[in-house]
Amino acid sequence: MSQSHRLPAGGRIDRSRTIRFSFDGRGYEGHPGDTLASALLANGVQLVGRSFKYHRPRGIYAAGPDDPNALVELRSGARQEPNTRATTAELYDGLEATSQNRWPSLAFDISSVNSLFGRFLGAGFYYKTFMWPASFWEKVYEPIIRRAAGLGRAATSPDPDTYESMHAHCDVLVVGSGAAGLAAARAAGAAGARVILAEQDFELGGGLLLDQAREAWRRTMVEALAAMPEVRILPRTTVFGFYEHNVLGAVERVADHLPAPAEHDVRQRVWTIRARQTVLATGATERPIAFPDNDRPGIMLASAAMTYARRYGVRPGERIAVFANNDTAYDSAFALHDAGANVGIIVDVRKNSLRAMGAHERNIAVRLGSAIVGVRGGRQVSAVAIRARNGGAERVIDADLLCVSGGWNPAVHLASHTRARLDWDKSIAAFVPGTPVQAERSAGAALGVFGIARAAADGARAGLEAAAATGFTSAPAFELPAADGESDPMVEAFWEVKAKGKSFVDLQNDVTSDDIRLAHREGYTHIEHAKRYTTHSMATDQGKTSGLLGVAVLAEARGESIEKVGVPTYRPYVSPVTWGALAGRDVGHHLQPVRRTPLHHWHVRNHGIFLETGLWLRPLYYSATRETGWEPILKEARAVRQAVGICDVSTLGKIDVQGRDAGTFLDRLYTNTFSTLAVGRARYGLMLREDGMMFDDGTTSRLSETRYLMTTTTAKAAEVLAHMEFHHQTVWPELDVHYCTVTDQWAQMSVAGPKTRLALQGCVEGLDLSNEAFPFMGVGEATIAGCPVRIYRVSFSGEMAYEVATPAGYGERVWEAILEAGKPHGILPYGLEALGLLRIEKGHVAGPELNGQTTARDLGFEKMMKKKGDFIGRVNGERPALMAPDRPRLVGIRAVDPSFEKRLRGGAHIVEKPDSKASLGWCTSITRSVELERWLGLAMIRQGPERIGQRLYATYPLKNEVVEVEVCSPHHVDPENLRVRA
Amino acid sequence: MLRIDCPWCGVRDEAEFKYGGDATVKRPAADGDAESFYRYTYERANPKGWHLEWWHHAAGCRQWLKVVRHTVTHEIRTVAKAGDDVPAPSS
Repeated sequence: MSQSHRLPAGGRIDRSRTIRFSFDGRGYEGHPGDTLASALLANGVQLVGRSFKYHRPRGIYAAGPDDPNALVELRSGARQEPNTRATTAELYDGLEATSQNRWPSLAFDISSVNSLFGRFLGAGFYYKTFMWPASFWEKVYEPIIRRAAGLGRAATSPDPDTYESMHAHCDVLVVGSGAAGLAAARAAGAAGARVILAEQDFELGGGLLLDQAREAWRRTMVEALAAMPEVRILPRTTVFGFYEHNVLGAVERVADHLPAPAEHDVRQRVWTIRARQTVLATGATERPIAFPDNDRPGIMLASAAMTYARRYGVRPGERIAVFANNDTAYDSAFALHDAGANVGIIVDVRKNSLRAMGAHERNIAVRLGSAIVGVRGGRQVSAVAIRARNGGAERVIDADLLCVSGGWNPAVHLASHTRARLDWDKSIAAFVPGTPVQAERSAGAALGVFGIARAAADGARAGLEAAAATGFTSAPAFELPAADGESDPMVEAFWEVKAKGKSFVDLQNDVTSDDIRLAHREGYTHIEHAKRYTTHSMATDQGKTSGLLGVAVLAEARGESIEKVGVPTYRPYVSPVTWGALAGRDVGHHLQPVRRTPLHHWHVRNHGIFLETGLWLRPLYYSATRETGWEPILKEARAVRQAVGICDVSTLGKIDVQGRDAGTFLDRLYTNTFSTLAVGRARYGLMLREDGMMFDDGTTSRLSETRYLMTTTTAKAAEVLAHMEFHHQTVWPELDVHYCTVTDQWAQMSVAGPKTRLALQGCVEGLDLSNEAFPFMGVGEATIAGCPVRIYRVSFSGEMAYEVATPAGYGERVWEAILEAGKPHGILPYGLEALGLLRIEKGHVAGPELNGQTTARDLGFEKMMKKKGDFIGRVNGERPALMAPDRPRLVGIRAVDPSFEKRLRGGAHIVEKPDSKASLGWCTSITRSVELERWLGLAMIRQGPERIGQRLYATYPLKNEVVEVEVCSPHHVDPENLRVRA
Repeated sequence: MLRIDCPWCGVRDEAEFKYGGDATVKRPAADGDAESFYRYTYERANPKGWHLEWWHHAAGCRQWLKVVRHTVTHEIRTVAKAGDDVPAPSS
């Protein structure tokens, strides 16, 4: 029968509409307003999953995000989402859910034999197992565990939905919309504060949703809040973390209650909320009591059973027993009774109860001073065993639902995130938030104030205080609910019934009270150690229901109070948050910006093959056929060595440095001197870190008496600017200097090769490019195709070269004009690969040599360390160990065999004999050479310069390669620098 | 997430800043000896408590700021300009 367990009337569901859903392939019906859990219960389905470790059958245990058991896979295909709580999943038409962690079927699961081997899977199981031989772990144990344990399966195709991030500011953030939260939000809102009210449920009201008598007040409050323009209400929004400086994170489930998000809408949205004040009205969570087989389907928190009856109109059981240590469980029992369920007995560990009379009036038996010592039934409770606490015979009573209540834990997670102390409240046997650390206060049940009327009054108090703290002091009063026979919970601390069998303190991670005691015996006596050793309260539910239970068992084992033992620190996230929501829009190419040079579109049109270098997209080489391998690269490099080539070097960092002290500043930044540089000239400079290691290099030009233009490497541009700012602002603030990055303002191109002058003379106007008028390291201004350009006669390739810079917008026009003028001379554009080939041949250092571990001396630049005057890295760069003669130093290496048969590799070790194990150094950069027609490279070798002329071996054991090399000067090409000065 | 009250820009998120380390160390004068430069480069206290440190408002005004932050609670009690005299706190 469809919805066999639906009550004939009542609840907040919309009975006028019936919607269909499936669970494990079987079709069921429910109503709008149901959760998946309430709809399953309405159809008499209690068994919903298998447990993590022992594969024990598990049922619906709670009615909200605290549920440890009812984890299902929701949806299918790309939207399949594992480990979703059936208790929070809103029912929609066509919902598909699948149980997890069972094979071959939920009812019959082979791995539940794990249960029989339970003593091998106890506390510290993983740690102990890791001590077995590694081969046994890899080959036998891990594959079995991976199949047997675990949770749901993630989707294997990309998520089709979008997520987004929102940022918000408010005066008062109220978390939770129960009586306390509604009152706090209204009090603060009425005072004029900007308020955000976040509620994880899809309906506002919290506990009010279970109380028809309070419905009118709830509605009035919600309507009043909705009418306040400065109040933002966020339903379906879980505040998951309380971070430093009053920043909170929340996730809004915008479309999880729909089959798919509406067109152009997001699935979930993460809010970063900067709140001046926060009111935590997060309520309290009912906790269980441990007893043998307390995980059987058919065992449920008492408040959850009441919620299913009152809110969802579901009769969660036919013959109900209640096991409690407090008075609120009686309210649950009465609610179930009044809804038409058969509540047979209340088993109360206390000697008396103020509510026993109410039970008698309803003809419910009450057994005081007694406890549940076990249950009958395998996949579902069929009976419960009761025994008086002072002994006596066991009595078995038929029951298909056992409601448990061990008292209430205020939901202190968010308060605990702020590092607020938690205080033990003896009257409710639970921890409550202590003195706030951040601008927050708790209210209502979250503070241990129970009962609707009292919580509402406490919430109003907290809302007024929070508003006043943000400057809103005049608040009109509003009606609060009157107290209505509400009693205190009257909890007697009681945690565990000691009897033979598995008593669980953590249902989701399958941790038993014996596991906690075992951890204690093995020395894990601190709660943080016992928690990690047993994995207690470390599952996705973060021990919301049963965290304190484990603490209590440990406290007893230690012979100390729970207060002394304390709870483990709560950390974000309060509830699981999907990666998709956290990533928001920052996925794929939106993860980080892409930087394109002003010439990018020319490269695209002309078959550039691109490489991402940092954020930049740079052409590696050009090929219309997209051929791979060395040929296109060698062709471009040969054009430079034999004729002329042009390369986009716009990515080089460019910093404009101006001011009276610009020269002095540069003298301190670089190892060499710039204050003496003549206007209209450029100079190569070395920059060290304060520890004496090479930091950056580049040419700097003097444009006027008080103005320089620095260039940095592409990779270090941002770091160099920050380094300059740090030293100017904090070490030498007296220097009159200003500087600014102008990298993006210029398109810059290197034109290189023996025919460069001929090519440029065909397009440059207003500058005499002859060697006499414009020698090596000259800087001048001119025009090309009517565009203003700056020309620097600097060379990275070792050939005669001119770098041409023009304001970014003119880039393509200038580039094409140079190509046109170079056409008769055989000009070719060249990319990053040829650029690298040419600089290795010439022996210029770059990233692989500037690796943060090399000094100027290591790289052969000792003469560039000025003797007079301060510069960064001067003193530390001369530490004795850095001057040691056996430090690896830069040299060139080239393959003895010119055939290209045996290649060199970056990272190869340099050794004396082919089979030697003693490394003399390593190969930093390698290339095929167009100049020498063989493999060559640069290397850092001990006593490198003294070894020039020696035959050594480059060995690469990973590929079994050994190549005989000759050590030589790093300048494989034109060591006398004749070409660049031609 | 920390919120840092930049004296140039106002309160901004930590995400706009880059941490710059201990601000109690001072670069020795140009004639400082090897020992003093060694200490400046490598020796750092690791206080549990209040600490004077550099933060660079890299995605804002590009100014280096002196921040007095509690290394346990992350509380920030002072944010000052680079040139301001902020005494090293005793943690």
